[in-house]
Amino acid sequence: MKKTKLGFIAKAALVAGGMLASNVAFAGIDRAEMLANTCAGCHGPNGVSHGPATPSIAGISKDYFIESMNAYASGSRPSTIMMRIAKGYSEADIQAMAEYFSKQHHQSAVQAVNESLVQKGEKLHNKYCEKCHSEGGSLASDDAGILAGQWKPYLQYNLHDFTSGNREAPKKMAKQLKAMHDKYGQEGVDQLIEFYSSK
Amino acid sequence: MSNISRRNLFKGAAAGAIGVAAATQATSASASSKRVVIVGGGIGGATAAQYLKKMDKSIDVTIIEKNPDYYTCFMSNEVLSGERQMSSIHFNYDKIKAKGINVIFDTVTGIDAQGQTVSTAGGQKLAYDRCIVSPGVDFKYEAIEGYSAEVAHNSIPHAWKAGPQTEMLRQQLLDMKDGGTVVLVAPPNPFRCPPGPYERVSQIASYLKEHKPNSKIVVLDPKDKFSKQGLFVDGWKRHYGYETDASMIKWIPAKDGGTVTKVDVASKTVTCGAGEFKADVLNIIPPQKAGKIAFDAGLVDDKGWCPIDHKTFESTIHKNIHVIGDASVAAPLPKSGYAANSEAKVCAAAVASALNGLEMVEPSWVNTCYSVIAPGDGISVAAVYKYEGGKIVAVKGAGGLTGAYDPELRKREVLYAHSWFANITADVFG
Repeated sequence: MKKTKLGFIAKAALVAGGMLASNVAFAGIDRAEMLANTCAGCHGPNGVSHGPATPSIAGISKDYFIESMNAYASGSRPSTIMMRIAKGYSEADIQAMAEYFSKQHHQSAVQAVNESLVQKGEKLHNKYCEKCHSEGGSLASDDAGILAGQWKPYLQYNLHDFTSGNREAPKKMAKQLKAMHDKYGQEGVDQLIEFYSSK
Repeated sequence: MSNISRRNLFKGAAAGAIGVAAATQATSASASSKRVVIVGGGIGGATAAQYLKKMDKSIDVTIIEKNPDYYTCFMSNEVLSGERQMSSIHFNYDKIKAKGINVIFDTVTGIDAQGQTVSTAGGQKLAYDRCIVSPGVDFKYEAIEGYSAEVAHNSIPHAWKAGPQTEMLRQQLLDMKDGGTVVLVAPPNPFRCPPGPYERVSQIASYLKEHKPNSKIVVLDPKDKFSKQGLFVDGWKRHYGYETDASMIKWIPAKDGGTVTKVDVASKTVTCGAGEFKADVLNIIPPQKAGKIAFDAGLVDDKGWCPIDHKTFESTIHKNIHVIGDASVAAPLPKSGYAANSEAKVCAAAVASALNGLEMVEPSWVNTCYSVIAPGDGISVAAVYKYEGGKIVAVKGAGGLTGAYDPELRKREVLYAHSWFANITADVFG
């Protein structure tokens, strides 16, 4: 129900954005760009983060962006600062930013990895995670967060929040993660992180 | 022979005609030209240049900046504690130039608002259609008897513009004996980077705790409260014994006589209502005002800051000149690096729109200020701003401070502080 409503607003925003864009003779500045520009200070130019921890949001799935912002604003997703920032925007604003960042190109973080952990992590990924985070967690169209090429501390924080129970995972994920964690423990988590940060 | 002469004559005439055309273009603004001259290549100016070029490649953008080497004021407190090196806060203009932005290293001596030209000490005169002034702050040295730019340069640094004075202050801390006293004189409102002096106190305390644990820091403050005070005090208690007999930090607010009026340079002794304080290392952060060029160009109000239109950052005193960053009166936006970066993008949108004869889109701003109290203990304040009723207003219900102490989250805030530094500098200078 909520999704339908958001979808409608998205279309309205797109139409309005399109009307504005047709009037400008140069690479126009629409509301989406205006809003997205304010994120660059922490998330990097065009949403590509230079690290060491803040995630890249370039190329993010629209739905996942919206879901994340709403979860931060409601407090259901733990955060340091995003719960304060996310409350500053209307649904239309969030929709516009989601649209903007989904069109930017994701660039993988360049960071040191331990190759043997990467290989172990890949096996765990294929067994427990690939079904939803397909192609090694690199596809935005999964409507899950892009895991491939994210900064390592960010992956650590989020997996820590899931495994410690601070953050609620979707049902299927909770089940898979628990199975993985029960069998491989924190080592398994570290291996997964190493795999994603190597991609 | 006559052929050659004629050819030369023709060539000469053509060159002369081109010369006249060029001169005309350089001194008068035409309706269709898009020349933007940016005075000051700090966080505000460099961001404005980058985003103008990104928004509309056909805009001719020129930055005039005094120094080829830029050191960020933010994170320079970590240089004082030894957490990072000067080289990590050093930036240059190579990448900006590579994007087709003209960068002139020169000092602006005047802005002719009627003639729409900017003059430099090097003898250049540049015509503009829009001018963006981002001069940062200047200091009211005269507010403290005995203090001056020379004293700051030679022996008692303010280090409130990062660079040689940051290195001097760091060296003085290294040279100080264990058991010495550091005195930090905080500035009155408004000033650049509201949490900055208190982060500096924290970073110096962090260095002393590890290397010179019998030393003290006295903070003499002309205010009774300061930014993120609750979080700083809480952190000082946790790390530096604050409010105990063994406290490394003593903060003396205005109500207890913390307002410093005088300094004896030779003995590094400052005088305030609470008495005389002799320092081994003395850091005076003087009261502030808009950068000098803002005064020379007549862009300031009677308080020494630049009033602007809150949507476009165009000066309310002179048309076609915009003022951004610390020098502008943009409250509730603070005088911070993030705010300057955010203002510059809104200003770039206003200028690009105006030069193309278009209405500007509704603006939006963000500010985030991180401070690191001790290794692994980071805090922040954030806000989202919108344009409402002709003014910049903070969005109600959003923003605010870091919550109650949680070691895991505080560690994350330190890494996010460092991420903020990497990303904002990539945005400004990358």
